[in-house]
Amino acid sequence: MNDKSLAERLTAFAFILLPIAASLGLTALLVIAVGSDPREVFDKLMEGAFRNGTAFAGVVNFWIPLALCSIGLVVTFRAGLWNIGVEGQMMMGAVFASWAAQFVALPSPLLIPLEIALAMLGGVLWAGLVGVLKTRLGVHEIFGGVALNALANVATIYLISGPWAPSDGSAQATAPFPDGAILPPLSADFPVSGVGLGVALIAVVVLSLALSGTRWGLQLKATGKNARSALLLGVPTTRSYLTAFMVCGAVAGAAGAYRALFTYTSLRPLISGGIGFLALLVVLLVGIRAVWTPLIAFAFAVILGGSTRVKVALRLDQSLAGVLQGIVVLFVMLSNGLRTRWQDRRAASDAPTPTVTPSTTVEMMRSKGDGT
Amino acid sequence: MSDELINIFNSLVANATPLVIAGIGETITERVGVVNLSLDGSIILAAMVAFVVGLATGSVIAGVLAAMLVGALVALIIAVADIELKQDQVAIGFVLTLLCADLAQFLGQEYTRTPGVQFPFVRVPILHDIPAVGEILFNHQAPAYLSYILIFATWYILFYTRAGLSLRAVGERPTAAFARGTNVNRTRYLYVLIGGALVGLAGAAYSLGIKPGWSTPPAMRGDGWIALAIVIFGGWHPIRVAFGAYLFAGLRALASAIQRSDIPIPLVLLNGLPWLLMIVTLLLVSSGAVERLLRALPRPVQRWTRNILRSDPPAALGTRFE
Repeated sequence: MNDKSLAERLTAFAFILLPIAASLGLTALLVIAVGSDPREVFDKLMEGAFRNGTAFAGVVNFWIPLALCSIGLVVTFRAGLWNIGVEGQMMMGAVFASWAAQFVALPSPLLIPLEIALAMLGGVLWAGLVGVLKTRLGVHEIFGGVALNALANVATIYLISGPWAPSDGSAQATAPFPDGAILPPLSADFPVSGVGLGVALIAVVVLSLALSGTRWGLQLKATGKNARSALLLGVPTTRSYLTAFMVCGAVAGAAGAYRALFTYTSLRPLISGGIGFLALLVVLLVGIRAVWTPLIAFAFAVILGGSTRVKVALRLDQSLAGVLQGIVVLFVMLSNGLRTRWQDRRAASDAPTPTVTPSTTVEMMRSKGDGT
Repeated sequence: MSDELINIFNSLVANATPLVIAGIGETITERVGVVNLSLDGSIILAAMVAFVVGLATGSVIAGVLAAMLVGALVALIIAVADIELKQDQVAIGFVLTLLCADLAQFLGQEYTRTPGVQFPFVRVPILHDIPAVGEILFNHQAPAYLSYILIFATWYILFYTRAGLSLRAVGERPTAAFARGTNVNRTRYLYVLIGGALVGLAGAAYSLGIKPGWSTPPAMRGDGWIALAIVIFGGWHPIRVAFGAYLFAGLRALASAIQRSDIPIPLVLLNGLPWLLMIVTLLLVSSGAVERLLRALPRPVQRWTRNILRSDPPAALGTRFE
């Protein structure tokens, strides 16, 4: 019995390691295809991520918003929802925080909590809109989310180029926020915001616990597994959907605030920087195992942080990071499928491996506004 | 009709062309029961490949074929992941959306803002001489003419041929289709690949046609999502999908006309218009508003309009056949 479980564990390990090795190999080939040396790229990537405190701080500064969005998306995935609107929720968080940063005169210890609270509110509102469109008006959350992402960016650009335009007339960003409005760094050698780090860690712990140990978490799970049965069993599925969206919106809003109040210390277009989409990849990779979220988010943050160095040193486009991350997720998912097939063929009587995403997703895409 | 108006309609048809082609491709894909969510990435990747291959070979046709191959390959990944590996189509499609866009940016980095080959403009003899209509419809690049043929060919094949019947049967009731001797999964592979190739063609229609060249961020970013929404808006019916594409392109043309006029609307807000429109149109088709509107009409009119206005998604869309 013990031997068997060891063998199973080894195969499980192989089916995770092989796709990662394969994706590294394929990415290396792509790097060669554009005329660069993969070893050099790898060296620069590691250098960019770990060479000193500032470099590593860059990684952490990607990790904080990424971990926040990822844990929020674990919540929506648990409820069977595709919250593609997470990017827009980040942007709205940044917009709301930027409003306070520019127009509220309070001492820093009061202003910063207000900014973060407003950012969360902005995210909640934008996510709630996706939720209402889905539950009341039958617009699938993928389309509602994509449209609201674009609209959030339009709103950002409008504010930057109009009402919040800096006095020098450039329309690239708002004027830098006053010192009292931005998050202070831990130290000059390690420029990371302690507040941001704290908020991210708290969010990860609290939401993980809430998902596994509360009635609400259980209801989300039931809704995500099979909304119709859950409804018949008395689970308020509409409320599950809406609360899941709003919780995710809240943490995504906080993530947006971090980008505005620390990373850029101003509001700029596409301030989310694709981190929300990347968080969706993180969650696809970890599947239902929320515990792994911060770790995978860290690995992705290393790639992101390191790739800025690759760009500068080797003049390779920064999209390399996205290529590597995308290929890894794709290969891991395909390998999950291969493993299931392989196990089926060996006629193992075990339960099928959990699919990475809720099986109800596509079904919901077909549902026409019946509110469930 | 004034020359200016004719020009506006002509460019409307041109701008709608890739949306029509991609929309028809996705319609075929979804009619057979599979969702190819990757459009916003695969169109971009296909556009980049079309441009680069066209540049390298000096041949538009080579570029188009390469783009169609890319579109079909992406669709193949989705089909294999769904049919053989039992992975969620939407998840794989989403990953491919991001991956293809990044891949295009990465592999195309040396080719931004270089001039390349383009579809020539072709005036169709005789038809072009029809007043107004001739200039609007028959003075275009090749993809526009292809799109006209596609709209009606797809409509005819879907609804009036045996092949179309089995295609729809696989998307509606795979078990019944199977019982009647259709190889469900082989049919799915075939039409998902064809649909994907058309999505690739749409990419070429951008980079070798209405948005010539390659740039970062790509000029057609976002249009893949619009095309996906148009398929829903068009009720999975080729002619209505095409109508949706022209409607979108028309509203875009209107927005840019407002931009050039004196009406004081901030330019940036107009960029939000297609997305607002996307939400509103989806809301109309899916919230039951159309159904309520229909019920308010007199009975004979009701039956007639229902056939035009309403269409449900293929019943087996997104489900796996095992």
